[in-house]
Amino acid sequence: MTAIPLGVPRRLVEFTLDGQEARVPEGSMILDACRAAGKDVPTLCEGDTLAPKNACRVCVVDVEGARTLAPACSRRAEPGMVVRTDTERARHSRKVVLELLASSVDLSTTEPAARWIEEYGAEPDRFGPDAARVDEEPRVDNDLYVRDYGKCILCYKCVDACGTQWQNTFAISVAGRGFDARIAVEHDGPLTDSACVYCGNCVEVCPTGALSFKSEYDMRAAGTWDEERQTETTTVCAYCGVGCNLTLHVQDNEIVKVTSPHDNPVTHGNLCIKGRFGYQHVQNRD
Amino acid sequence: MDLRFGDGKPTDEERAAVDALLGPPESSWAGADRGGTDTADLRWARGGREARDRRDQLLPALHALNDRVGWISEGALDYVCRRLTVPPAEAYGVATFYAMFSVRPRPATVLHVCTDLACTAAGADELSAAVAARLGPENGVRIERSPCLGLCERAPAALVIRAGEPSCPTPEGSPTPPAPEGASARPAFEDVAVQAESGGPGAAAPGDGNGKGRLGRPTLHATAVCAPATPDTAVHAATTPESAPTEPAARTAAPQTGNPALTPTIPTTPTTPLILLRRIGTTDPTSLDDYRAHGGYTALRRAFALGPAGVIREVTDAGLVGRGGAAFPTGRKWQATSAQPDHPHYLVCNADESEPGTFKDRVLMEGDPYALVEAMTIAAYATGAHQGHLYLRGEYPRALARLTHAVRQARTRGLLGDDVLGQGYAFDIEIRRGAGAYICGEETALFNSIEGHRGEPRSKPPFPVEKGLFGKPTVENNVETLVNVLPILTMGAEAYAAIGTPDSTGPKLFCVSGTVARPGVYELPFGATLGELLALAGVRGNLRAVLLGGAAGGFVRPDELDIPLTFEGTREAGTTLGSGVVMAFDDTVPLPRLLLRIAEFFRDESCGQCVPCRVGTVRQEEALHRIVDRTGTDAAPDIALLREVGRAMRDASICGLGQTAWNAVESAIDRLGAYR
Repeated sequence: MTAIPLGVPRRLVEFTLDGQEARVPEGSMILDACRAAGKDVPTLCEGDTLAPKNACRVCVVDVEGARTLAPACSRRAEPGMVVRTDTERARHSRKVVLELLASSVDLSTTEPAARWIEEYGAEPDRFGPDAARVDEEPRVDNDLYVRDYGKCILCYKCVDACGTQWQNTFAISVAGRGFDARIAVEHDGPLTDSACVYCGNCVEVCPTGALSFKSEYDMRAAGTWDEERQTETTTVCAYCGVGCNLTLHVQDNEIVKVTSPHDNPVTHGNLCIKGRFGYQHVQNRD
Repeated sequence: MDLRFGDGKPTDEERAAVDALLGPPESSWAGADRGGTDTADLRWARGGREARDRRDQLLPALHALNDRVGWISEGALDYVCRRLTVPPAEAYGVATFYAMFSVRPRPATVLHVCTDLACTAAGADELSAAVAARLGPENGVRIERSPCLGLCERAPAALVIRAGEPSCPTPEGSPTPPAPEGASARPAFEDVAVQAESGGPGAAAPGDGNGKGRLGRPTLHATAVCAPATPDTAVHAATTPESAPTEPAARTAAPQTGNPALTPTIPTTPTTPLILLRRIGTTDPTSLDDYRAHGGYTALRRAFALGPAGVIREVTDAGLVGRGGAAFPTGRKWQATSAQPDHPHYLVCNADESEPGTFKDRVLMEGDPYALVEAMTIAAYATGAHQGHLYLRGEYPRALARLTHAVRQARTRGLLGDDVLGQGYAFDIEIRRGAGAYICGEETALFNSIEGHRGEPRSKPPFPVEKGLFGKPTVENNVETLVNVLPILTMGAEAYAAIGTPDSTGPKLFCVSGTVARPGVYELPFGATLGELLALAGVRGNLRAVLLGGAAGGFVRPDELDIPLTFEGTREAGTTLGSGVVMAFDDTVPLPRLLLRIAEFFRDESCGQCVPCRVGTVRQEEALHRIVDRTGTDAAPDIALLREVGRAMRDASICGLGQTAWNAVESAIDRLGAYR
C-alpha cells in the first residue's frame, strides 16, 4: 500500500482579488490566488521549484493601503486584504520594468517577454541608442553548457538552484553591484576552474536562455534550432537506481537537450551530470 | 558542506592578517600546513555547523586583509573561505559588493576624494584633478572618487587609507582572540586612542624610534582624514598619512557648542539648552570618568530602576520616533521586539551613516562615544537583548577608534559584560565596520552584511522585530535615536515630550552644509523653521535652493524658508526631513550638475537586486546627462521619461533606495523649475 502524504491541513485565507472573493490556503502567495483565478500576472524570477526571490518586480500588484506595490510572487495573502492586479499603477510599473529589462539585455530567448511587451505597450527603444546594455560575450569554456550573460536578467534562480535550495554546490553567486552585478563563479574565472559539477540544474531553471546547452547554443548559431520539429519524450534515466525522470528533446532523431519534469516528487526537475549530459552513447550508431 | 578550493595560496602576510582575527587554523582542513600537524587531521575534519556559524566573520576577515595588504587576492580569499567554511563563489560575491575592497591588485594607499554634493560645490573636481596630476600608482597611491565621506562641514574632503601591519588590535574581536605573539611589540590600545585624541590621526607613526623594531618597514596601517583638503594637504596626507595634521576636535563640527550666540533663541519655540550636544566639547571623549562626571550613566541607573517595561513606557510616552529617516515610533518597535517569544533578541545600532550630507552620527560618536554605549545598553535592556552590534561606517576611522576605546573601557569598568552595573544583566557590544555601501544603511541589508552575505535588502514582511539579525527578533536604531533615550530617562518622558511639537517631540540634530558661513551639526527643538536654522548657520551668497533630507530627500525654494522642521510640517509641505540634512546652494552652483551627481550616486549605490532600481537608476542618470545643458522643450521628452521611470522606481523597488532615488530630481524639476 502506498501512503500518500496529505500534509497538515491548512486554514483558508479569505481576501478580495480584483473585486472577487478569493480563498487560498494559509501561507499562499497572492500569485497562487491569481493563478487559481486564471489571471495572467507576468513573472520572470519566480520559479515553480524555487522559493520566490522577488527580484524582477514584474509581478507587482496593488494592495490597498500599501505605500508601494507588492510583489505577487512573494507577498503572502492575508485575511481581508484587498488586491488589484490590473490597476493603471501596477500596469505602469510592469511596463517600465519590461522596458528597462528589454533595453538592457537580450530578451530574444526569454519565452513570454515579447508577448508581455506587446500586451503592456512597452517601448524599450525609448531610452535611445546610447542606453547602457549588459554587453557580455557568450562564455563558451566547456563542452556542456554556455553562459551568455548578455541575456541575463539577474533573477538569482541559478544561484538558488546551485546553492542551498537544490544542489548545494555553491559554484555561482552574484558578484559586483548595481548595473555591474553579474552571475559569476569564484574569481570570475572559467567554469572549468570552479566548483561546478555540471549537473545543469541552473540551466533547467534559467528563464532567459542566458544558460543553455552547448548543443542548443551551437544549433541556434547555425540556424538549425527548431522547436517545432522537436519531440519530447519523458523516460527514466538508466544510470543509477534513483530513477530520475528525463525528458529527451529530440530533433531529427538526435537528442538535443535533456530536461526533467518539475513536478517529479523526488527530483523536482533536478538531475546530475550523467542524466543531464550523458546521452551520447544513445546516438553512437557505429 | 563539500567545498572546492582553487590552487591559490595566501602569502604569509595574508595568512597572518586572517589568523590575527580568527586565531590559528586548527587543522590542515582549515588551511594549516600539512607537514606540521599531527595525524589526527587525517581522521576527522572539524567543521560542520560550528564552522559554518562563523560566517559572520567574513566581512571582518575581508577587512583584515584589506587593512593589511590593500586588496584581496585569490589565495587570500580562498584561505578565508577555508577558515570559515564559506563557498569561494559566495565570498567573491561579498568581496566585490563593497566599494572599499578590491579583488585586483592596487597600491597600498588609497586616497578617497569625496565628489559628492557639498564637496563638489566646494571644488572637489578641481581638487581631484590637481591631486591626480601629482600622484599616481607610481607613488603607490590610488585615487578613487568617493561618495559622501560625511565631512560636509569641512568640504572638500579626502580620506587616506594605507594598508599595512596593524598598529593596534583589530576592532572586530573574534570570539576566541588569539594570544598576540610578541604582545610587547603592540602598542596598548589606550595609548593609541590617547594618541588619536591628542593629535595623531588614529595610527601610530612608523619607525618613530620607540624601539618597536619597525624602522625598516614603513608599512603600518594608517588612516588620515584631510578636510578641508587642498591639493597640497591631500598629497601630503596620501604620502605620509601618519604625520598628517590632526583632525579638528568634534566640537568644531557643532558650532553651537561654546557659542551661546548660536543657542537657539527662536520665537516659535521655547529656548532650551543643548541636550544631545551638551557633552561635545566639554567632556573628554576618551575618558569614562569625565563622561560620568558630566551626567553619564545616570540614565542607565534610572533604566534599571524602571525595569524593561518601564523604559519602554517612558520612550513611548516621550513620543520618540526614529531619526534615521523613516520616523517610526521607537517605543512601538521596542515593545514589538520585547514581546517576541523567539530568543535571543538582538540590538543593532545603525551607524552606517552614508546619506550624502549627513554627519550628525559621526559628530556624536566622535564627541560623545560613551553616550552611545550607554544608550545601546538601555535599549538592549528594555528589549531583552544581550548582544548588541554597532554597524559603523567604514569611512569613519576616528569614530571607530573612539568607540572601540569606549567599549573597551566600559567593559573593564563593568558597564558592559556579564554583570552590567552589578545588576545581573549581561550585555556586550560588538563593533562591525561597513566597507563602502550606502545600501547597508537599509536595515535588512545591514543584517545581511553583518551575517557575511551581500548587503542586499530582504523583502518585508517579515519585519526585523520578528525576523532580523540571524533570523531572530531584532531592534535596529539609528545613533541619534538611541542617544535621545538618555534625556528621556534623565528628564522624564513628560519633560522630554514638552520639547518640540505634539507630533514631533524632542530635540533634533540638523546637518547644515553648503553655502553657509558656519556649517555643522545644529541642535534645535522640533518646530523651528528652516529659515531660523539657516539664520543660525548664516547663509552666504544668493540662496538658490535648499536640499532637505539628503540625496533621498527633496529640494525646496528660498521662498519656502518658513517650513517648520518637523515630521508633520515637512510632510505637509510635500518634502521630507529625512536624516536631517539641510544643504544650502547659492545661485553659482549649476543645478543640473548637482542633479546628475545625485543620479550618479544612486546608480553607483544600487545593490542591483531588483530591476526598477538596478536599471532605472542608470536610465535616470543617462536622461539627466542628456539634458544637462538643455531647457524647455528640448528637455521635455527626457523629463517625461524621467517621470515614468521615477514612478516605477518609487512604486516597484524592493527598498527605500530605489523608492527614493527619484525624489530629489523630481523636486528640483517641480519645485525649483530646473530645466525650465
